[in-house]
Amino acid sequence: MGRFIVRRLIQMTFVLFAVSIMTFLIFNVIPNGDPAERMAGRQPREAQIEAIRKEWGFDDNIFVQYFTTMKKVFTGDLVSYFTQLPVGEEIVKGLPRTLSLAIGAAILWMFVAICFGLYSAVKAGKFADRFLTIIALIGISMPVFWIGALMNHYLGYKLGWFPNGGYVEFTEDPIDWAYHLILPWTALAILFIGFYSRVLRSNVLDTINEDFVRTARAKGLGERQIMIRHVLRNSMIPIVTLWGLDFGAVVGGGAILTETVFDLQGVGQYAAEAVGQLDVPPVLATTMFAAFFIVLLNAIVDILYAYLDPRIRLQ
Amino acid sequence: MATEPATEQVLQGPAAWEEEAGREHVHGLGPWRLGLRRLRRNKVALLFGLLFILLVAACAAAPVWADKVAHTTPDANHLSDTITVDGESKNVVGLDGVPIGPQWFKADGKFFLGADRNGRDIMVRLLYGGRNSLVIGITAAFMTTLLSIILGTVAGYFRGSSDAVIRALLDVMWSFPVIILGTALGVALALGGLKIGPIHISGDSLVITILIIGLVYVPYMARPVRGQVLSLREKEFVEAAKAQGAGPIRIMFTEVLPNLASTILVFFTLLIANAVLLEAALSFLGAGVRPPTPSWGTMIDEGVDRIATAPHLAIVPGAMLVLTVLSLNVFGDGVRDALDPRAKVRLEH
Repeated sequence: MGRFIVRRLIQMTFVLFAVSIMTFLIFNVIPNGDPAERMAGRQPREAQIEAIRKEWGFDDNIFVQYFTTMKKVFTGDLVSYFTQLPVGEEIVKGLPRTLSLAIGAAILWMFVAICFGLYSAVKAGKFADRFLTIIALIGISMPVFWIGALMNHYLGYKLGWFPNGGYVEFTEDPIDWAYHLILPWTALAILFIGFYSRVLRSNVLDTINEDFVRTARAKGLGERQIMIRHVLRNSMIPIVTLWGLDFGAVVGGGAILTETVFDLQGVGQYAAEAVGQLDVPPVLATTMFAAFFIVLLNAIVDILYAYLDPRIRLQ
Repeated sequence: MATEPATEQVLQGPAAWEEEAGREHVHGLGPWRLGLRRLRRNKVALLFGLLFILLVAACAAAPVWADKVAHTTPDANHLSDTITVDGESKNVVGLDGVPIGPQWFKADGKFFLGADRNGRDIMVRLLYGGRNSLVIGITAAFMTTLLSIILGTVAGYFRGSSDAVIRALLDVMWSFPVIILGTALGVALALGGLKIGPIHISGDSLVITILIIGLVYVPYMARPVRGQVLSLREKEFVEAAKAQGAGPIRIMFTEVLPNLASTILVFFTLLIANAVLLEAALSFLGAGVRPPTPSWGTMIDEGVDRIATAPHLAIVPGAMLVLTVLSLNVFGDGVRDALDPRAKVRLEH
């Protein structure tokens, strides 16, 4: 087990290293204009550009540039090319917002998906099942920024039921925090509710025919107890795996669109703005941050699986 | 004792099996036939498949609507024009900058779904934009499928070092958030365009968007394909082909690929749906299709900015997009259930 974890961690470091190189290359090799020229502003003088180039080290060898930038990522000295603000601080500022969004949405989508999936499976083939299936499919077919914008406009602005954007710190006022996040949570959760309820439905239908369920029935257990303690528990394993992976993916990039449309100013929105300006340091840092979460959750899920199923460790 | 009539003579061996089979009218159906039969019973999936074809046909006929009904082009501004509705003259774009909403047929088909802030006809842009979105979606899905099949079969069949390299590559791409990777590539390529040898693609070309979308979904399909090839190569029929002296290329085309066909088909439909969605997301973040070229993504982006004054600008292209993606998802689902009821194909964002 210890060896498995170590191997997985080494793999993780390698992937993160590769991600950093790829991000750096995308912005330095692909022809997209000299950053010094863009930083110098409109109608710059040649000497000005030259000075910026020297100051920021753009005239160095690309390997040197990569290493100095990466060193700054780890020491936290990375500074944006354009706003000149320290990147580390910006990410720390955005992190609670991104995590608030992701955690709340993850709980919401899991809860609703369990209700939908279980009900759908119990009523398999009936009207309720078909109706929920269509709802789930509509859910996965909607772009989050579209439904988010519509919700914000109609529920927030027109009807005034919810605040129209904005964010309140959890430590300031937990109720107001949740109240401000209800719409973003819902918008982000819709897609996953669609996926999860369908996966759960098919898992439940598979489990329902297992022998141990028949045994439970034969023992005379109530239907509710069978469904929750025997069927649901056994159907949840693949869902929990997905949950881990998707949570990592949401923190590491899936929240970009939701944050942008609700103007939550989280890490994702910061990344989107940085990418739009071709601002390499924040892009590099946020991509590393995102990849870290994705890889970390992948590793955790793998390790948990290896713990539960010894056969995997040998592969 | 009467002698047994010749017709009731007990046959043995293959002849007997044939006889028996003939009597009970057992005839085997191939998996494709069976799948088709199951799909034909799934009326909902067929209905949505038809809907998708209709949507494609409508978008393909965009020039006809523009020319014969709306009498305009997708890029023509009508900022200071007026139209006659019920005998009344109306500004296409009001003095406060708010464009008119859907007119349906009240203005002889002009501004059927209203106008945008430049006084451009939404219906015309919707159809032309749909053409762009669908071309991007279908071409990108095709590209992803092709790349995934090549990478997945090579990695799964040859294993060893080629597998290690391909898997590492896919792992790295997988760790990139799809949207960040797409946006980064989109923004970077849009400025300088792309030069591959003698070919130069300008930054605002749709080809850039297609290449990006086609690339970022590769790991999501190549990984499952590799897994399937890995298990297929151990099957007896592959061993039999090897024993007959078939080389790896031949085995791939005659033994492995036909067995992957149903997976590929299902993935392809779902990929189109996801590619259309990703186009919209990238355009929303300013890294996809460049305005003023219409696409559903750019139209939603423009609409979301003006949702407070003219909500139809966001609702119309979004609804069209949802309808298209939904029809593909329902149809793809039906195809999967028909071909391989136990498959668990899933694409992530």
